[in-house]
Amino acid sequence: MRVTATVNGETHQIDDVWEGESLMYALRERMGLPGSKNACEQGECGSCTVYLDGVPVCSCLVAAGQAHERDIVTVEGLSDTGELHPVQQAYLEQGAVQCGFCTPGLLVATHDLLSRNPHPSDPQIREALAGNLCRCTGYEKILDAVRAAADRMDGGPA
Amino acid sequence: MTSIPLTSPQGAPSDTSSAADGRIGENALRPDGTLKVTGEFAYASDLWMDEMVWGTTVRSPHPHARIVSIDIGPALATPGVYAVLTAEDVPGANAVGLEHEDQPVLAETVVRYKGEPVAIVAADHPEIARQAAKKVVVEYDVLEAVTDARAALDPASVQLRPSGNVVRHLKVRKGEELPTAAVVVSLDFEVGMQDQAFLGPESGLAVPAEDGGVDLYVATQWLHVDQRQVCSALGLPPEKVRLSLSGVGGAFGGREDLSMHVHACLLAMHTNKPVKMVYNREESFYGHVHRHPATMSYEFGAEPDGMLVYGRAEILFDGGAYASSTGAVVGNGGTLGLGPYRFPNVHIDCYGVYTNNPPCGAMRGFGCVQAAFAHEALMDALAERVGVSPAAIRKLNGVREGDVNITGQVIDSAAPCEELVQILLDMPLPAERSGADLLSLPGGVANSTHGEGVVRGVGYALTYKNVGFSEGFDDYSTARVRLQVIGGEAVASVHTAAAEVGQGLITVEQQICRTELGVGRVVVHPKNTQVGSGGSTSASRQTYVTGGAVKAACEAVRARVLAAAAQVCGHTADDLALDGGKVVARSGEVVLDLAELLGDAELFADEGVEETVEWRHRPTEAVDPETGQGNAHVQYAFSAHRAVVDVDVDLGLVKVVALDTAQDVGKAINPDAVLGQIQGGSTQGMGLALMEEIVVKDGHIMNPSFTDYLIPTILDTPPMLIKILEYADPHAPYGVRGVGEPPTISSGPAVAAAIRQATGKALRRVPIRPEHITGT
Ligand code: FES
Ligand code: FES
Repeated sequence: MRVTATVNGETHQIDDVWEGESLMYALRERMGLPGSKNACEQGECGSCTVYLDGVPVCSCLVAAGQAHERDIVTVEGLSDTGELHPVQQAYLEQGAVQCGFCTPGLLVATHDLLSRNPHPSDPQIREALAGNLCRCTGYEKILDAVRAAADRMDGGPA
Repeated sequence: MTSIPLTSPQGAPSDTSSAADGRIGENALRPDGTLKVTGEFAYASDLWMDEMVWGTTVRSPHPHARIVSIDIGPALATPGVYAVLTAEDVPGANAVGLEHEDQPVLAETVVRYKGEPVAIVAADHPEIARQAAKKVVVEYDVLEAVTDARAALDPASVQLRPSGNVVRHLKVRKGEELPTAAVVVSLDFEVGMQDQAFLGPESGLAVPAEDGGVDLYVATQWLHVDQRQVCSALGLPPEKVRLSLSGVGGAFGGREDLSMHVHACLLAMHTNKPVKMVYNREESFYGHVHRHPATMSYEFGAEPDGMLVYGRAEILFDGGAYASSTGAVVGNGGTLGLGPYRFPNVHIDCYGVYTNNPPCGAMRGFGCVQAAFAHEALMDALAERVGVSPAAIRKLNGVREGDVNITGQVIDSAAPCEELVQILLDMPLPAERSGADLLSLPGGVANSTHGEGVVRGVGYALTYKNVGFSEGFDDYSTARVRLQVIGGEAVASVHTAAAEVGQGLITVEQQICRTELGVGRVVVHPKNTQVGSGGSTSASRQTYVTGGAVKAACEAVRARVLAAAAQVCGHTADDLALDGGKVVARSGEVVLDLAELLGDAELFADEGVEETVEWRHRPTEAVDPETGQGNAHVQYAFSAHRAVVDVDVDLGLVKVVALDTAQDVGKAINPDAVLGQIQGGSTQGMGLALMEEIVVKDGHIMNPSFTDYLIPTILDTPPMLIKILEYADPHAPYGVRGVGEPPTISSGPAVAAAIRQATGKALRRVPIRPEHITGT
């Protein structure tokens, strides 16, 4: 099977896609985009989260074939300016990154949350990120980062 | 159409030399942070090379069996398969291990746990490798499995090793043999098997080299101890087995032992192709050691006012099929197993045994975590018996600086037990639960009740942990530091083999170089075996030991630079310092520009000034085998937690409302990173108290997935108030005290105590499950 998809604004084509091949595998091993992470490959950790037609999905649960002729954005495509996106900047500055294996998925999930809800409350942040496991940080600084990103994107606290 | 970029492992993770500010004591940013937020940081599972093939592992389905025969024919005949290897193909010693070389690289005649590697396969696609692995036909003769640690201790049980089933038995004896006390409390406690559950799976890439050796890029905690074992298994000298650290997605002890290291190297050398191996989550549960499950019996005797008279304990760790670091875990369980309290009389027996369960070894908190649940439950029981508060009993009995501990060692730096507990008492408590918000209920909104049965509880715990390797181990680290001119600027570079696993060691290395050498830019060299050992990234030791090595190497470089400066400027070297890229006099006067000085061809060669230093902390001693007495540990680190919980007693659900910490860190080199360690460590301890357990039945893991092995999510994890004390340890560089482990030790017992207080239930096992609370 041949799959053609737009990833981070560019067209990618891969051939001989096998039946069980996940979008995560296709991105990581075939398109040279290993940013989305492979922590569980079971839809439980969120580390592989990408946008599929604007909706965050666990790319490990999406068959590569399902991505045919669709639009994908990964962590590598969150910023198209060459500068860090405010969400990335906030994770960096707030110390929300330790090993960083959860980070790509959390960045996409946070990006999505803030695009839907520019000023989430703490319970709303917790609910939105409940599908993203982090083993290192205890989440406190992730909350700090989301709050800081919200402020930054809005030019100041609400 | 874009072409596919190739990720080369050379130098991975790539550039971590970003210029940033921050001396010690400041919140310098991680130099790898930008790569990590852009998705460019090369973790071990991201490595990619032209012509690379994929390795996979065939594992035993039985906890204990004799291997009758292995037929690799059908697997090898599969199109796309390059190699299928078994024990016969291990050229060197087919025995590896951290403390005892008792574990085969590939099982030979016997498998001793379910999941033990038996054969390995290389194929041009991971799915083909997996399919071929299923075609390796292994005939087993199933043997009786020993899956109960207590039974393993019985000499009449099946003996799994010629030396018997006991890996180590440590006795600690102090004071009277049979002391008596007015008040006696006792209990039994059980701790389940916890998993490190780092998110980045075991993975790496082995590349065959032209010299007949191999280059291995791998996620690990200690490159040199891996190298030693890989060399021995391959029968190659160290210069032919070169290891480089790739990006590590967390470790927590689970990467101390080898996983795919030798397997990938064997396949690479056999196929003459680069071989990548990546475990999936299920395989990861079989592919690394876990925290030892423990059964413990404790008894404390005290005066009527609660002052401790004696402590007795029997601690039994299930080490599983291979020794791993069980011996050292027993060392910690025994020497630290009564907690940071003053005991005139002590009688401890601590055992680690072989069974046919999954092997257990290092995990954050290392032997202290299990014991802390027991000693803290017992302190609460004692408080209740003598009618004082949990805080008061700990303040009364907590060790103080100058005390002699249970192994006869003088605690010769700060031991602020009383103050840590008082800090927690003084912290504000969270607001009472408002009935309105169903989301804030234990279990959230998806419940059949609406909080009618919710009760609140508060619990305290106080613990301590040794920092660094103990019991006479030659514990050192090596640092190579260079100061040179790059682009007209004085730049430091630092090369150690000490593993960065996410904790932030590379940030600390930069901060130390900036502080000692007065420069802004510090390049962190990729971590590899081209420099001497950095020791293990474990035991909360890297900031102390590798930090000490980097500091010492900087001092050696600085001494040479200042000696040269003294020749030029007329000041004595003693009157000079480095600051802001300048040589300055103590008076503050700027004497020379550092870059200009370093550029002086008559004083320095082109490559600048370089020094390599091997640095050791003060030595420790082996303990007496009959009494456990001796100066076993380098340093003690203290922490205390207060947990506030809401428990739905009808549903058995627990919500941790607050998890507050007080901890002495000696000196916070990077205060933000210290907070991150405490927050993450506290969460792992809470996870063990509430939800984390590898359920093992007859030697089989019942829940090897993140669907069934639960770790705390952001919804489970409460806000945390944290107070850091900085009582410098005069023996440690900058006064630092290890940070990473203490919070994992004290948080769980505080959560358990809070649930006991809320429910009035004894709760003598963790993780505490809903049925333990509801009694159904
Ligand atoms: S890797 Fe996809 S959810 Fe975990
Ligand atoms: S930073 Fe390591 S898993 Fe989140």
